Amino acid sequence: MVAVTPTAGVPTGPAPTARRRPGGRTLLRLLILVAIVAVVLYPLIWMVGTSVKSQEEIVNNVGLLPERFTPGNYTAGWSNFDVSFGRFFLNSAMVSLLTVVGNGLSCLLAAYAFARLRFRLRGLWFAVMIGTLLLPQHVLIVPQYILFRTLGLVGGEWPYLPLLIPQFLATEAFFVFLMVQFMRGVPRELDEAARIDGAGPFGIFRHIILPLSRPALVTTAIFSFIWTWNDFFRQLVFLSQLEDYTVPVALTLFIDSTSQSAVGPMFAMSVLSLLPVFLFFVAFQRMLVEGINTSGIKG
Amino acid sequence: MALTTAPDPTRRGPGTDRAHATRRGPGLRHSEGLAGYVFLSPWLIGLMGVTAVPMLLSLYLSFTNYDILTPFSEVRWVGLANYERMFTSDPSYWHAVRVTVTFALIAVPLKLAAALGVALLLNRAWRGVGLFRGLFYLPSLLGGSVALAIVWVNMFNRDGAFNSLLSLVGIQGKPWVNDPDWALETLMVLAIWQFGAPMVIFLAGLKQVPTELYEAASVDGAGRFRQFRNVTLPMLSPVIFFNLVLETINGFQGFTAAFVLSNGTGGPVDSTLMYTLNLYITGFTDLEMGYASAMAWVFLLAIAVITAIFFSTGRFWVHYSDGEDR
Repeated sequence: MVAVTPTAGVPTGPAPTARRRPGGRTLLRLLILVAIVAVVLYPLIWMVGTSVKSQEEIVNNVGLLPERFTPGNYTAGWSNFDVSFGRFFLNSAMVSLLTVVGNGLSCLLAAYAFARLRFRLRGLWFAVMIGTLLLPQHVLIVPQYILFRTLGLVGGEWPYLPLLIPQFLATEAFFVFLMVQFMRGVPRELDEAARIDGAGPFGIFRHIILPLSRPALVTTAIFSFIWTWNDFFRQLVFLSQLEDYTVPVALTLFIDSTSQSAVGPMFAMSVLSLLPVFLFFVAFQRMLVEGINTSGIKG
Repeated sequence: MALTTAPDPTRRGPGTDRAHATRRGPGLRHSEGLAGYVFLSPWLIGLMGVTAVPMLLSLYLSFTNYDILTPFSEVRWVGLANYERMFTSDPSYWHAVRVTVTFALIAVPLKLAAALGVALLLNRAWRGVGLFRGLFYLPSLLGGSVALAIVWVNMFNRDGAFNSLLSLVGIQGKPWVNDPDWALETLMVLAIWQFGAPMVIFLAGLKQVPTELYEAASVDGAGRFRQFRNVTLPMLSPVIFFNLVLETINGFQGFTAAFVLSNGTGGPVDSTLMYTLNLYITGFTDLEMGYASAMAWVFLLAIAVITAIFFSTGRFWVHYSDGEDR
């Protein structure tokens, strides 16, 4: 038997004798992939289906979709607690958007220094930055809590400061690293040209690096938003008043009330909470997948 | 790359006259060095204030009996007592270690195997790749959220979707999330379900493998399996290594799903008491912040040691195609 060369994708077609086998293989592969897609999507579809089932159907109807469409779970969930879910969504949106701004600004500044400027101890600081990449946030949470509490910022006038201050100080080393990698791809000739035109480090940053770094900034913005929107640990630790809660912390309130009647509203609010991330996914699918690629592989 | 000799009027660099301009003049270097620290300052302040000082504080607290209620002036130095307690007289600590290691040892290899398997299926160029890749990646975006953990717990509960699927084939299910023997397994399945992120990285790695190698191998009579073993795996080993390190470290830090499943307790019967959840309970429920700090430091050291082990064994099986080992 002639070995079938697995060189699909190479324009020169395989020998005619081997034609039939790859066709069958491709079909089989497609079937397997479709089956995996079904497994992957099943929980998501079940989630959406359950969110529009009546309480009775949640227990009795095992199917994916409801027999009768019941949108009432959404209104019930929205006002299930003393504070409306609208407030929680606003809180989450504010924290996430400010995190986007903070990460974008501070990481870009640090990355420019690392990628382009010469200064004393640059190598050392860069190594330290890489070291913090793998530092688990759980290790820092206790002392950070103590520090922010001592400063009166936990549960203070504006309880989001402990969540936001680190984001304005470039502590997400992942984004700094991503931007450094990106800036290294910007031709240095542009810097030289600007320097000849009389630009200093600030001018080069303002007129060369900042405009050319837009793709890296967009990637950072999208990932910052999604990660912060989904983040639970820090928000759980630092937020203590119901009206300050973000969506993830508020969702856990449903678990406390274990009564069966809360399942529909709980699912409805879960679906709503995932909606922004899902929309981001639809809009920026390519960029998200490729952003992971370029940041993950290089270095 | 030598700097042009143009008499550049560097701002606030009075010393930049022509004499120094042959190389990078001291004036320029000075102003650039200054600018470097100006641009770096937010990061430096963050490093000190949010990372370094808290870490040192945490190290100090780990030798004290600090809880958040007593004022700093009354904090008592207890020496190694916290560490002693952790290693000798706290069964729930060792239980948490066991749960976490079990979770990582099972979930991480299975997740990576799923990621690699699907990546291999997807690696052949045809039109649908982009769509499949996107769909498989979706769980990685949503899976870490509280919302999805809630869905997951309900899916594996008594009336959940999983049992209704089982009943289709005549198996009587049970509330898996309430069963101490199965609760952690449902969390492993959740982790494996998020295979999309490492899969995307595997796909990128597979694209780098030169097709000539496969052609050469098939000329030599290697079948598909031999080609996978002798071409794909070695060529992919740096990416496998990268994913393995990353996913292991992530696996040790699982918190959200365990918190949601057990309503913050680590139950049923401590079966989902992940290390970070145990740390959270110790520090923020029991308020034993000194003890929690000691746990955090041991956690950090453990992760450092595991990473170091990965890197030192990596040289035996990670193959870099540029010929330079390591």
